[in-house]
This record gives sequence, C-alpha cells and structure tokens, in this order.
Amino acid sequence: MIQFFSYLINGIGLGSVYAIIALGYSMVYGIAKMLNFAHGDVIMVGAYIAFCVTQYVGLPPLAGVLAAVIVCTALGITIERLAYKPLRQATSLAVLITAIGMSYLLQNVAQLIWTANPKNFPSLVSFPSLSLFGGQMLITGETLVTVLANVVIMVSLTLFINKTKMGKAMRGVSEDRGAAELMGINVNSTISLTFAIGSALAAIAGVLLCSTYPVLMPTTGSMPGIKAFTAAVFGGIGSIPGALLGGLLLGVIEILGKAYVSTELGDAIVFGVLIVVLLVRPTGLLGKQVHEKV
Amino acid sequence: MKKIKRFLSGNAATYAMVVIAFLLCQLALSGLIPGFKMSRSFRGQLVPICTWIVMAVSLNLTVGISGELSLGHAGFMSVGAFSGIIMSAWLLSAFEMENETVRLILAMLAGGAVAGIAGVIIGIPVLRLRGDYLAIVTLAFGEIIRNVLNCLYFSVDGSALHVSFNNPNLPGNVIYKGPTGAVGNKTISTFTMGFCLVIFTLIVVLNLVNSRSGRAIMAIRDSRIAAESVGINVTKYKMMAFVTSAVLAGMAGALYGLNLSTVTAAKFKFDTSILVLVFVVLGGIGSIRGSIIAATLLTVLPEVLREFGDYRMLIYAIVLIVVMLFTNSPSIRQFFGRILPHRTRKGGDAQ
Amino acid sequence: MSVSNRKHSTTRMVPAPSQGIIPERDLGSRPVLEARHLGIEFGGLHAVEDFNLIIGRTEIAGLIGPNGAGKTTVFNLLTKVYQPTMGTILLNGRDTAGMNTIQANRLGIARTFQNIRLFGNMTVEDNVRIGLHNQLRYGMFSGILRLPAYWKGERAQHERAMDLLSIFDMQDLAGHQAGSLPYGAQRRLEIVRALATNPSLLLLDEPAAGMNPHETDELMANITKIRDQFHIAILLIEHDMNLVMGICEGICVLNYGRIIAKGTASEIQQNPVVIEAYLGKRKEG
Repeated sequence: MIQFFSYLINGIGLGSVYAIIALGYSMVYGIAKMLNFAHGDVIMVGAYIAFCVTQYVGLPPLAGVLAAVIVCTALGITIERLAYKPLRQATSLAVLITAIGMSYLLQNVAQLIWTANPKNFPSLVSFPSLSLFGGQMLITGETLVTVLANVVIMVSLTLFINKTKMGKAMRGVSEDRGAAELMGINVNSTISLTFAIGSALAAIAGVLLCSTYPVLMPTTGSMPGIKAFTAAVFGGIGSIPGALLGGLLLGVIEILGKAYVSTELGDAIVFGVLIVVLLVRPTGLLGKQVHEKV
Repeated sequence: MKKIKRFLSGNAATYAMVVIAFLLCQLALSGLIPGFKMSRSFRGQLVPICTWIVMAVSLNLTVGISGELSLGHAGFMSVGAFSGIIMSAWLLSAFEMENETVRLILAMLAGGAVAGIAGVIIGIPVLRLRGDYLAIVTLAFGEIIRNVLNCLYFSVDGSALHVSFNNPNLPGNVIYKGPTGAVGNKTISTFTMGFCLVIFTLIVVLNLVNSRSGRAIMAIRDSRIAAESVGINVTKYKMMAFVTSAVLAGMAGALYGLNLSTVTAAKFKFDTSILVLVFVVLGGIGSIRGSIIAATLLTVLPEVLREFGDYRMLIYAIVLIVVMLFTNSPSIRQFFGRILPHRTRKGGDAQ
Repeated sequence: MSVSNRKHSTTRMVPAPSQGIIPERDLGSRPVLEARHLGIEFGGLHAVEDFNLIIGRTEIAGLIGPNGAGKTTVFNLLTKVYQPTMGTILLNGRDTAGMNTIQANRLGIARTFQNIRLFGNMTVEDNVRIGLHNQLRYGMFSGILRLPAYWKGERAQHERAMDLLSIFDMQDLAGHQAGSLPYGAQRRLEIVRALATNPSLLLLDEPAAGMNPHETDELMANITKIRDQFHIAILLIEHDMNLVMGICEGICVLNYGRIIAKGTASEIQQNPVVIEAYLGKRKEG
C-alpha cells in the first residue's frame, strides 16, 4: 500500500512537469492554432543552459534557472518570428512540418554544441526530502518543489489570463483572430507573448525534469514534449485547468503503468490513453465543443 | 517541342527515368562502363535506395494525394520488415524453400499483408480525426508498434511458428528476440527485386491517382464537405489511401529487413518516419517523381559526403524549414517572384 | 440528350394543403421534397423552426429572407449536413431520417455552396468527373490494373463530363485548374458538378452572388434551361430579387428561422409581413 502511494507521489511529480510543459503547448495551440512540435526541444535547451551556467560558470542554481528562462524566452520568440510567422495563412500541414523541422534543428544544433553524449544533470533543488511513515515512504525535495512550482505557475497564469489586459487580449485572439485585430489588439505581439510565456515555462520544466531524471542529451525533450502534448489534449487543449488535470493524470498513469503493467510498455500505455481520449472525447476532458461551419 | 514537354510532364517519363537509372546501375555493376567502378559502399546502398523510394512514394500517397500528415510511416515499415523476416525464416524451415527470389517475393507479400492489416486497425480510429490530431496519433501508433515489438519473441520449430510476449524461452530456432531484434538473418534482397518493387509501387500509386478512386481521394483532400455533397464515401477513400500506403511501406520494410543480417525495432524510430517525410517534402508534396529523386539523392549524398556526417540531420532540418517557408509563405514567395519574374506560377494563387 | 421545349410561362400555381404552392403541372406526380415541421436547435437557439415546404417535380422555388434568417441552415438540414432535431424530410417520398450527406445525395439531392467549395487543385473536367463518381463507376482494382472496365468507365466519364460542361459552354476550360477560374465560372462549375450527381432536386446557395447584371441574366436563362433539360426541381437561395422574382414559381420567405410567407412572386411582393421583415416596421403617424 505504501508502495502504491509512493508510486502515486512520483506520478504526481512527473505529472506536474508534464502539466507545466502542457501549459505551453496548450496556450500556443489555443492562440496561434498550431502544434508547436519544437516545444519539447525548448525544454532540452533550457536544461542545457541551466547545466552550463551552474556547472561550467559555477553560478548558484537560481541563476541557472533564470538564465535558462531568459534564453528560452528569447529562443521561443525568435523561432516564432522566423519560422512560424511567415506561415500564418498556410495550411496546418505546412506549419506542422515546419515545426517538426524546427524540432530537429534544435536537437542537432544542441548535438553540435554539447555532443550526443548524455550528461549527468546534478539536481538543482536543495530542498529537504520529506520522510513519512517512519521512513518507509520518502518524498524527494525535487518532487515537492516540482509540485509547488506547478501550483504557483497555474495560479499566477490563471490570474494573468483572467485579470490583466494582456491576458484579455490573448483570450480575444484565441476566440477570433480577425475580430481581435479589428478591435485594435496587436495579434503579432500577442502571439509573441504567448510563445515567450510558453518557452519560459518550458525552461523551468526542463530544469525540474532533469533534476528528477538526471540524464540530459539532445533528445531529452522530445518524448516529454510529445507526452505533454498528449496531456494537453487529454485535459482539453486551450484550457489551463485542463493542462493541469491532463498532466497529473498522465504522469500518474505512466508511473503506475510502468510499475504494475510493464516497464517496456509504459510509453505505449500513455499513447494508448491519447488515442482513446481523442476517439471518445476529441475535445478532451475540459475542452469546449466546436462546430464546423458549412 | 510541345510533345516533348507533354512527355516530360507525364507518367511515362517517371517510369523511363527509373528504368534508365536501373539499367545504368546494372551496366556499372557488371563493369561495362569503362573507367567507372561502383564503390563497395555505393553498391551497398542500391537496395536501401529502392526501399526509401518505395517508402517516400507510399508516404506521398498519404500526405500529398490524401492530404493527411502521417508521422508513423516507419511503424508500418517495421511491421513489414519483421513479418518478412519471419516469413522467410519460416519458409526455409518449414518447406526448405531454397529459392531466394521466391522467398523474397513471398516475404514481401507477407510484409505488405501484415502492414495492411495494421493499416486497417490503425486507420479505423485515426481517420476519424483531422489535421494535427491525426498526425500526433499516427506518431503515437508508430511508437506503440515499436514498444510492442520490443516485447515480442518469435521462433520457428520445423513448420511451427511460436510467438510469446516477454518470454525468450521458445522452442526451436528463435528468430526475433524483442529488444535485440532479428539477428543472423539470411540476406536475400537483391537490387533487381528492389527495382521490381519500385516499379510495382509506381504502377499502383500512379494508376490509382489517375482513376475514379484516386480522384475521389484528392477530392476529399481539397474539400471534404464538397466531396460528401456529391456522394463520395469519405471514410472509404481515406482508408483506401491509408491502407495502400501501409501495404507498400510493409513491402518496402520486408525488402529492407531482408537486406540486413541484424534488424532491431529501434531502426524504425520516429526519426525514420521524419526522414521519409523529408524526402516527400523536398521532392514536392504530391509529386511522385520528386519523391523518387529526393529519396535517391538524400540516400546517396550522405555516403558521398561522409565528412558532413555530423551535419546531415542538421541540414535536413534546415532544408525542411526552408522548403516549407518558400513554398507556403506569401511574402517570401512574392519576394522571389520579383527577383525571378519568369518563374512565378500562373493562376495558382487565385484563391 | 433530348431537350424538351416545353413552355412553363402558363404555369398556374395551386396551393397545396398547408405546406406551400406547387405548379399545376406537377400536381399529378409525387413532390420531390416534402419537409414537415422541420427544426433544429443549437444550444437552445432555434435556428430553424416548424419549416414546412413542398416542392413539385419540376418546380423552380426560391428561399429568401434577411441575412441570418436560417436559409443556409435549411439547406444544411435538407442535405443532412445537420441532423434535424424536429420534423421529417421526405425526398422522392422516402424519409431521410438517420441518413448522412452521402446517402441524401444518392437519394437525389445535390447542392452548391455559398462560399464556393470546388476541388481547387484539380482540373475543371476532374471536378465534374468527381460529381459523376456514383453515376459511372468501376472498382479500385480495375483502376490500378487498367482492366477494360477502367477504359470503358473513363471514356464514359469524359463524354458525360463534356456533355455537362456544354450547358455553360465550358468545354474549352476542361483542362484548366478549377481554383484558377474567374469567380463566375467557379460558380457555374459548382452547378455542373452538382448536376453530375444526377439529382432530382438541385439546391443553389446564392448562385448569382458576385455576378454582374449581364452574368445574372445569363444565369437566369441557364437555370430555366437546366430545369427543362433535366426535368428536375430547383430550390435557390438568392438576394438578387430580379432573379428570384423572374424565375421562381413559388417563393418561401424565412425570418428568424420561421416561414413568414409563401406564394408566387406577386403575392410575396405585396405581402405586408414580408415588406416589414425586409424594410422594418413603418412608423405610424
């Protein structure tokens, strides 16, 4: 039983990382109406930056996280401007292929800079572990910080979207880009802002992910990226609580699946969930139904 | 002049191109072209080239003709590869069939059939989705196939075929061992058979496109709602394109698998699906001939430019982005239209 | 193809019990369309309510009304793009309940779209051939293996497509890319494509939109010609009142999803309810 609870806690920890990544996916999908395939690789870049700043330059962990956030925000905005903005009117097929190209570009540039050899990422979290049931169950500091960060991000983002003018602009662009533009909302800068927020979150997620699962290589981000997209779809794309719910559920399903069903089939179980969700409820658990206009 | 132009734009030219390339390679292989000797590494690339051509053409049927982005094409290839390898080993064990050509043909048919069944099973749920969702679900299926293949074990014992899930202790000669894959295969693929498969693929795809069924498939791509309004069964024709594409990929997989002595499921990762997509995009989405040329060049080039090895995937990534920007961005196209006025396309932008 | 030269100018309109009016000449045959108490609700909003209409075998009928009155929604209901939440639709006497767009088309209903939906990357002829999909058929394997059925089918499709294109004198455009045609030609091609499915009822959604007066006159003549040549019924949505009053035998006026008037052109023009719907209520005093 205690075993089960510690799996559950691990699942919530992993799920919190997925939720943070899923948030970035979800916001970009909701506002720019595109699947930013390169989002997962921004996570990887963030982790590498934090790694370099703390290990090579020797700055404290917080500076590493800050540097990762800054670099990733700039990277996100640059990617959007260079690769996605010219394709606003293009078909979704064209945009998706471009995003896949961008994902590969980031992975391969990372491979040139940092080589393909996996790096051992030292945990940047110096938070004490929590020991329960007389030491039978241990909740690591990493898990605690991840869950805490997740809660803080969700709350502040919800406030930002609902209470600020920029948040309102974002919702406007997400509902109807053309109408928002006519109302004087600067669509381009709103989309840029979305990419900036999403990428900053990706940087944080990268640091948290690698603090828990310490293997860092150029392909580190792609699997969590795809799974986070799954989480975003699961919860209902475009919805902040949906990303939270989807991420947590997916993390728990993955850890429990690996523990009780089969280690090899862990990923297959996660993707199986995605397929079932899309078939049964294509708009996700908390998504809105959209009618196609004829 | 007009006749030449019409010939060059027609399907006959595509066939001619493939046949001539094949004959030239055969001449070079038999040393009949003086002063030209085909290097060993290039000779080793001949069957893979045929494989990738078939993969690219078949993916183009899904992406270009049917208009659905599939990111799991390598999954069908792997299913075909291992079905082909198992079929070949079983034929050898059960019937002592020594004739390699017959075995290869039967193995390719088996690979195509099993991949086709996988295509039907995957297609039923996948084709109900659209756009990005469809793409991500095909990706998911590709990964699931790979995951499941890592847990399967096959062996042949006389004429009996044994399968197990996560249990390597099987009677007889184990031919496929989960994560270690298929080891010690008899390599029976030949360039000539590869060429035959390419021609077969071209006949299937080009004839399908220029028929009633092919027009229905393209109509759904252009406007699903209009296609339904004229009574076209959307699910049926999407399925037709998807499954045909899967069957061809399975056959290509069998050819590929039986060309190697060791094959693991890891060879058919998501990267492989993307590689084939690069061929399709670079050759021109919807252009069969473009797919053939791109698949050939991009298979040969890395061998020629060995020193660029590290940069290969990087270059692919840049090519992918640049091609998409050039072909889809109105502002960039306009910019080049001004520099190269004679190359602007007529009429294509009316909508 | 035989062209009948029947004149319809002497048509007398006869009221059918409670559902509308149909030309006297069609009274002997079963109506092509009977819609009874048709309605659809979108999240509590009644987009169309209690819609009753009968269309005679060879009638040209008009569906008019202010913007947002629910005209295109009626088309979407009739073609089963939307499933009605109330009422029944009988097409050639058969209930279409539970059918989808494809089955409705096979039952004899074809349409054009307000915002043109051609197969833009394909040629004009291929667009028509796609319309012939269920008329001149052969299987996938005949196509791949180029069996005799393929050659026979292709020849038949080509001839029929050219025949159909000749209605609008568009044979010369057969090889052009459909998406590159001028606007008016695209609208005409949509009509040809719909006709290719051999319908008994043709729905035209704003066929004259974006056309100049000369083109509209030509279109009016052509719509009448199509009816005479194919002996089919036509229901059209149109804002051009010259066209509607000029060729429609029965007119149905929709406002806020409800039918507010039915009748002949002159009846509709004098109906105070219709005038009010279009121009607003006149201020008394």
